[in-house]
Amino acid sequence: MSTPILELRDVEAGYGPFRALFGVSLEVGHGEAVALVGANGAGKTTLARAASGLLTPTAGTVLVDGAEVGRGGPSAWRFVRAGVVHAPEGRSVLASLTVEENLALSFHRAFGRSGLAGALERAYELFPRLGERRTQVAGTLSGGEQRMLSLGRVLVESPRLLIADELSLGLAPMVVDQVFETLSQIRGAGTALLIVEQQVGHALELCDRAAVLEHGLITWQGPTSEAGAVLESRLFETATTELK
Amino acid sequence: MLTYKTSGVFNLAFGAQAYISAAMYFKAHSLWGWPKWAALVVSAFVLAPLLGLVLERLIFRHLRTASAVSKLVIAIGLSVALPELFNQAARFTAVAGRQISGIVPDGAGVFYDPFGVYRFNRDELAMMAVALAASLLLAALFRFTMIGLAMRAVVESPRMTELSGISADRTSAFAWALSSTFAGLAGVLIAPRFNSLIPTEFFTLVVIAVAAAAVGKLVSLPRALLGGLGLGWFIAVFNTFLPRWSGDHTWLRPLQENLTPSLPFVVLFGILVLWRAIGRQTEASDPLAGVDPPPPALAAHQRHPKLTLFTRLFGVCFVTVVGLVVWFRADVLWMHLVTTAVIMSVIYLSVTVITGMAGQISLCQGTFGAIGGFMVFQMADRFDMSVLAAALMGAVAAAAVGAVLSLPVLRLGGVWLAIATLAFAFFFDAVMVKFSWVGGGSTALLTGTRVPRPLLGPIDFASDRAFLVLAVIVLVVVSVVVIQLRDGTIGRTLAALRGSEVAAASIGISAARARIVAFAVSAAIAGLGGALLSMHHQNVNYSVNFGPINALFWLVVVVALGARTVEGAIQGGAAFALFEPLILQGELLAWILRGEDHLPGFFPIAGSWRLVLFGLMAMQFARHPEGLVEYGKRRASARISRWLEAREERQAAVA
Repeated sequence: MSTPILELRDVEAGYGPFRALFGVSLEVGHGEAVALVGANGAGKTTLARAASGLLTPTAGTVLVDGAEVGRGGPSAWRFVRAGVVHAPEGRSVLASLTVEENLALSFHRAFGRSGLAGALERAYELFPRLGERRTQVAGTLSGGEQRMLSLGRVLVESPRLLIADELSLGLAPMVVDQVFETLSQIRGAGTALLIVEQQVGHALELCDRAAVLEHGLITWQGPTSEAGAVLESRLFETATTELK
Repeated sequence: MLTYKTSGVFNLAFGAQAYISAAMYFKAHSLWGWPKWAALVVSAFVLAPLLGLVLERLIFRHLRTASAVSKLVIAIGLSVALPELFNQAARFTAVAGRQISGIVPDGAGVFYDPFGVYRFNRDELAMMAVALAASLLLAALFRFTMIGLAMRAVVESPRMTELSGISADRTSAFAWALSSTFAGLAGVLIAPRFNSLIPTEFFTLVVIAVAAAAVGKLVSLPRALLGGLGLGWFIAVFNTFLPRWSGDHTWLRPLQENLTPSLPFVVLFGILVLWRAIGRQTEASDPLAGVDPPPPALAAHQRHPKLTLFTRLFGVCFVTVVGLVVWFRADVLWMHLVTTAVIMSVIYLSVTVITGMAGQISLCQGTFGAIGGFMVFQMADRFDMSVLAAALMGAVAAAAVGAVLSLPVLRLGGVWLAIATLAFAFFFDAVMVKFSWVGGGSTALLTGTRVPRPLLGPIDFASDRAFLVLAVIVLVVVSVVVIQLRDGTIGRTLAALRGSEVAAASIGISAARARIVAFAVSAAIAGLGGALLSMHHQNVNYSVNFGPINALFWLVVVVALGARTVEGAIQGGAAFALFEPLILQGELLAWILRGEDHLPGFFPIAGSWRLVLFGLMAMQFARHPEGLVEYGKRRASARISRWLEAREERQAAVA
C-alpha cells in the first residue's frame, strides 16, 4: 500500500497539565474510511484535533502523505492546504459573519474567485435552508442550522481527507440520513474519512475500519464487520466491572 | 477601533504607536532636516508597520486566546512602556512648547472659511481629507476583499479561520501592520494640534477616539466614523459658540469653562452608562476556545511547615532591620521616600481589592485618592477640622462615590468597565478639580492646596518620623482589613465570580452586591491613602499624584508585582517609591560596593526606564494574573518544599 494520507505515530496530546492521549498510532489510507468509537472522555475529539493540526502533540508525530506538516505552534491551515479538512464538533461557525461569508472564507481558498459562486450554489443545493438564510448572521441560526453550515463548508469542498467530529449531533434524524448519504457520495468520489460518531451504527455502516479508543489509548483496530461484536463485549465488560 | 476590529485587542497602546510615529516625524524633519515627504514615509509607512509587526509577533500572537481584559491590561502596560522605550532608544526628549509642523506646506498659517463660521487651516483640512479617505478605504477593505473577511474571522476565532485554510498568524500580522500604519499616520497628522509632543496628549486622544468608537459599539466602522464626526462637530460647536453666547449670558460661562475640555469624556461616560445595548453585548465566543486551556488556576499549594517558619522569621527580621536602619540612619530624603512607599502600599491595596480580588480593572483609583486628599484639604482649610477625622471622612466620601459610580458601571463588566472608569477619571480631571469646593478653584492655583500634618490628642505627627509611624499603623490596619475581606464571605464570593460568573449565579450568588462592596472598599482605601499622601506632602498636588495617567501606572505596577496579595501591594508601593533611587541611581549597589566611586559608568540609569520595565512586566498578566514576583515566589517555595520533603524522606529511610 502507498503511504497513507494521515498517519499518527505515538501521539500524546492534552490540554495544559491534563493529558488526554497516551501514545496513539493510527493510519488512514487513500480513500479509506475509519470510524473512531469510544466512550465519553476517551479522547476521540482530542485525537481528531491532533490529526488536523488544531492541537500540537506534546510527543509523537502527525504525518500527512508521509511528511510532517509545519513545525511548532498551531498550523491547522497548513493541514487544510494539504487536503486534510476538519469539521469540529459543536456549533463551529464564525458567529459574527453571515452564512455566505462563512462559506466564502473557505471556498475562496479552495476554488478561487471564479469557482466561488458555483461552490456556494452547491452548498445551498445540499442544504436549502442555508440558501434561505444566506445573509443572516451565523450566530443567530439555530443549532441544527449551524451544524448544516459547518457541514456545508466541508462537504462541498470534497477534500482528500475529511475529519468529522460528531457530525450528527443536534441534527434531525432525516438530516442525519442525508448527511451520511452525502458522506458516502464524497467517499465514492475518493475522499478518505475519519469519523467520530456517537451513532455507532451509522458510522460502522459507512466505514471499512474501526478503531476503539479507551482512556486515551487505541485498544482495538479492525474491520467494521468485527467491530460490532467487540464493542458489545467491551461495553458489557465495563458495565459489569462498574457493577462490582 | 481598527485594531479592535482586526485583532480583537482593545488597543490603548494606539496612542503610544501614534506618539512614536509623530516623534519620529518630528525628529527626522525638524532635527535632521529631512524633507517632509521622506520623514512622513519613514515614520508612518516604514516605522509604524514595523512596530505593528513586532508587537504582533512578540506579544499579541501569543495572546490571541487571552481574555479581553488581560489584553487591555497588556495594552496599558504597552502604552506606559513604549513611548519611554522609544525616547530612550532614539534619545528623543519631549520638549514642551515645541510644535511640530504639519505635512502640508504652511499648514497652520493659511485659513479657509467655507461656511463663514469657523476658519479651518490647511492642516485641519488635510487631516479631514486623509481621515475620510482612510475610512472609505478601510470600509471597502472589510466589505469587499477576502483579506478583510479573513481579518474579521480571525478576531472571532483564529482556530476556525485556520480550519478554513487561512493562516491566522499571517492575517493578524497584516492587520497589525495596517492598524499600526493608521496609528502612525494619525499621529503625524494630529501632532501639529498639540502644543507639545508628549505621550500623555496622545493617550488622551485615544480616549476621545474610544468615545467615537463606542458609538459604533467597537465593531461598526461607518458608525464609528459618524460618531467621530458627530463628536467633533459637537465639540467644535461648543468651542465656537459657547464663548459668544456666554459673552451675553454670564451664567453660561462656568459651563463653557468646565465642560468643553471634558466633553468627550462626558459623552463617552454617558454612552456607556445610558446605552443599554453596550452592557448586554457579550464577547463573541470562540467555538473552539476549549482547544486552548485557560491559564491554570492558582492551586492552593501545600507549604512545608519549616519553610513557612523560615519565611515568617525572615520577614520579621527583614522588617525589623529595615525599620531600624530607617529609624536611626535615614536622612530627611530617605525618610520621605520610605513614607511615600508605605503610603503607596496603602493605595495599592485598593488595587488589590478591585483588580486582584474582584478581577475588575478600575482606572480611576487616582480619582478616589484625590477625593480623599481634597476632602482633607477642604475640611482642614475651611472648618479647621482634625485632619485624621477628615481623612476618615475622605475615605467615606470616596467609598460613597465609588459605590454610586459602581451602580451604573458594574453592569458593563470587563473592558467597558475599565473604559468607563477611565472616562470618569478624565472627567474628574477636567471638570471637578476646577470647582472651588473640590480642588480649591483659582485660589488653590496661587496658594496650593495646603494640608497640615495630623495632631492626635497630645501626639503631634508633624515630624517626619512620627508621621512614618502613623503611615505604618494605617498600612497594618488596612492590610488586616483586606485580609479579613479576602478570607470572608465577600472575598470568597468575589473569587467565585472571578472564576465563572455564570456558575456563581447558578448557585445563587449575586454578582452586583459583592462587586459594589468591593468597589466601595477599594475606593475607601484609595481615599484614605490619598488623604495620607496629601498629609505627607502637606499638599494635595493633584496633577503630580493623582492624575489619570498616574493611576494607569499604579495599575501597571501592582499587576506587575502581584495583584492578589497584600505583600504584592507592599512590594508595589516599595517599588514605586524606592526603585528609582535604590536601583536605577545605583544607591544600593553603591552601598554594597562601599562608595559611589566604584559604581559602573552606566549609573545613574534614567528614571524613565522604570516605566519601560514595569510596563513590560505587566504584559505577563495574561499568563500570570497573580503577578510576576508572586509567580516566582510560588515556584521557588514549591521547589524548596519539595526539596525539604525529599530530604525528610531520605532521613526517614536512613533511620
